[in-house]
Amino acid sequence: MQSTVKEFKPLIVAFCCNWCSYAGADLAGSSRLSYPADVKIIRVPCSCRVNPLFILRAFQRGADGVILCGCHPGDCHYTSGNYYARRRMTLLFSMLDYLGVDRRRVRVEWVSAAEGARFASVMNDFAATIHELGENVKLEDLRCKQ
Amino acid sequence: MLKLKTANADALYSRISDSAKLYLPVKRAGQVNYDLWESGCEVTLGEMTVKSPKDLFFPQSEDLMAFRVSGKSIEIENPELPTEPFVLFGVRACDARSFDVLDRVFLSDPVDSYYEARRNCGTVVSLGCLEPLRETCFCSVFGIDLAEPEGDVQAWVLGDEMYLSAKTEKGEKLLAAVKDLCEETDGAPLAAAKDEARAKMAKNPLADLDLTGFDGEHMMEKFNAPEWKDLYQACLGCGTCTFVCPTCQCYDIRDFDTGHGIQRYRCWDSCMYSDFTMMAAGTNRKTQMERFRQRFMHKLVYFPANNEGMYSCVGCGRCVSKCPMHLHIAKVIRTLGGKKQ
Amino acid sequence: MQAVAEKVIARAKELLASGEVQRVLGWEKGEFDYERTPALFEQGNIDKLVYDKFCAANLSKKLVEVSKLEGKTLALIKPCDSLSLNQLLCEHRVKRENIYVLGVGCKGMEGKDGLCMKCEFCKGKNFAISDEVIDDESCREVPQSDRFAAVRELEEKTPEERYAFWRSELSKCIRCNACRNVCPACTCIKCVFDNPDSGVAAKANVDTFEENQFHIIRAFHVAGRCTDCGECSRVCPQGIPLHLLNRKFIKDMDTLYGDYQAGEDAEARHPLINFTKADAEPSVVLNRGE
Repeated sequence: MQSTVKEFKPLIVAFCCNWCSYAGADLAGSSRLSYPADVKIIRVPCSCRVNPLFILRAFQRGADGVILCGCHPGDCHYTSGNYYARRRMTLLFSMLDYLGVDRRRVRVEWVSAAEGARFASVMNDFAATIHELGENVKLEDLRCKQ
Repeated sequence: MLKLKTANADALYSRISDSAKLYLPVKRAGQVNYDLWESGCEVTLGEMTVKSPKDLFFPQSEDLMAFRVSGKSIEIENPELPTEPFVLFGVRACDARSFDVLDRVFLSDPVDSYYEARRNCGTVVSLGCLEPLRETCFCSVFGIDLAEPEGDVQAWVLGDEMYLSAKTEKGEKLLAAVKDLCEETDGAPLAAAKDEARAKMAKNPLADLDLTGFDGEHMMEKFNAPEWKDLYQACLGCGTCTFVCPTCQCYDIRDFDTGHGIQRYRCWDSCMYSDFTMMAAGTNRKTQMERFRQRFMHKLVYFPANNEGMYSCVGCGRCVSKCPMHLHIAKVIRTLGGKKQ
Repeated sequence: MQAVAEKVIARAKELLASGEVQRVLGWEKGEFDYERTPALFEQGNIDKLVYDKFCAANLSKKLVEVSKLEGKTLALIKPCDSLSLNQLLCEHRVKRENIYVLGVGCKGMEGKDGLCMKCEFCKGKNFAISDEVIDDESCREVPQSDRFAAVRELEEKTPEERYAFWRSELSKCIRCNACRNVCPACTCIKCVFDNPDSGVAAKANVDTFEENQFHIIRAFHVAGRCTDCGECSRVCPQGIPLHLLNRKFIKDMDTLYGDYQAGEDAEARHPLINFTKADAEPSVVLNRGE
């Protein structure tokens, strides 16, 4: 595996809430703004639908970085979902950091339906960070490697 | 018989590991478990390992086959059977007997090829106890002589000397490779030490457990004993007792979806778990009382009934010291055994 | 302690004899001096009831099942167990009307190897819930301790050191699930790890990911409800300091959302089912100094 120098192509999983961030991604696309193809979007009804297990499972299945996008605080379609998500993710990220996993591999960003440009720039920035960090080793599941 | 100074044990381990992987009790993060020997590791022969050495022959989880899916074709890969020789060092008499129990399960028809392959690759160096390792030891109850363990090579540590004696061809081969590190001896000081060990064992708190009535003859009587209802009460339904047990041999076969195929593996199962032997129709043991009873009935009644009286408990005392609720086999034998039938 | 223990046993017998309670949930002796097993007592076997310095096991979880039985059960509850019980009551897992809570004074519990870890970090001698309390002055002394010291020490290490520490600890895990099964906050009828459809196996320690995942998720699932009773670490056959995971969550919640002790107030909403508009963003983790 080590001898052949393979270009590192990160896999980034982005959980996007249906009402804001997914629409933001859509806008980025229809505005022809580019963001890395490494980003795989998973649409969720609300950012608070994302269970901490989802984040870990994404890493297990080969993600090198996981980002959660939702409506801006105060703008949740369900009034308060993103407030709960905010607390949960803060604690989860802190725990991952505590276990020695690089804290830059996980991120939460608030992106509204009108922020296509912001969506693209967030993803570009996150992809650059993950590129720099390299492959996820600490939370990998060897069985899932090709 | 050979002997060497225990201070030189590292040279012995190093020599053995030149030709084979060497597994022995090593302390890591505060706990002693069988682990691969590496220079500088903390070999701890004087303590009971948390997990038993059965892991080396019957790993907690092991791949059985893999299915790779590409397009419409499915490829099946069988892992190769292990062929690499290894040495298992420091196995106590109780654990050495546990291999006989496992052999009866895995080497009788149909033979478990994975277990058999590992068994063939492994050389067992057993370590005689010159005193009971812990107060929870009760191997003598099952007719095991703590000072004369079974194995390819027998070893004893007396004072600052280690004695080694080959019992099988495999064992002789192993000792031939380390002969120059040792000197010949007749092992005379051992005899008295062994007798002393047996005398101490006889005084161990659990040595007086009475197995009377634990046999095929009294199966239904034991099964229907009203005491089970009280005995199991505090059982958490965790798998500690089964996972530290040297003779528990139940496993589950599972499929893991890797995203690009299926990995079929087996892993230890525990009769204490609610999904044990779960089938489409449900599980045949619905209450924790039934599960609890099953574990002890299997070890003390069913197994001896099917194996010429051989119990599938070896008295290592691991479950006795590890059960979070102290509901162990000693308590069961105390409560249900020894009655005039 | 001796005097308290005698009063406790006498009172239990009295309540049972008077018919006020139908059974008693307490501890009985085991094979060895230090072994105490939780047990149910009725008129016939009440003489086996003991209360002494080895009664470390937290009986509150047992009440989930016992409180469903007909009639009242007398439960012997130590100060730290009362937090677990109160939390369970708050979650409607225990039928309050079916239990009589006898708060029993405690001077710290011991196991085979001396004082229990949980008692080194005693959280206090007050009873969060009780119908009656039997204790004395000697049972009210709270030893001074800093339960977050070990968490802080780990936080101050480098990520690589932390990773190495947790790998060496978690790799010992044998997936016996004792931590989960003993935990008074783990009362799900079907655990996510017992659900074959969840894709996570409860009994296989196939690789390092599974070990990490199990312990992170278990700690997360009890976060906010964990009273830090320390049972998980006490029962772990491999001596993994599982309480350091729970305490990390507790410490973070205290720092970010204000001090909170699960089980103290049955009416309170715990930090994970609550929020304020001014909560910190998850990026606080990122911006924390090394």
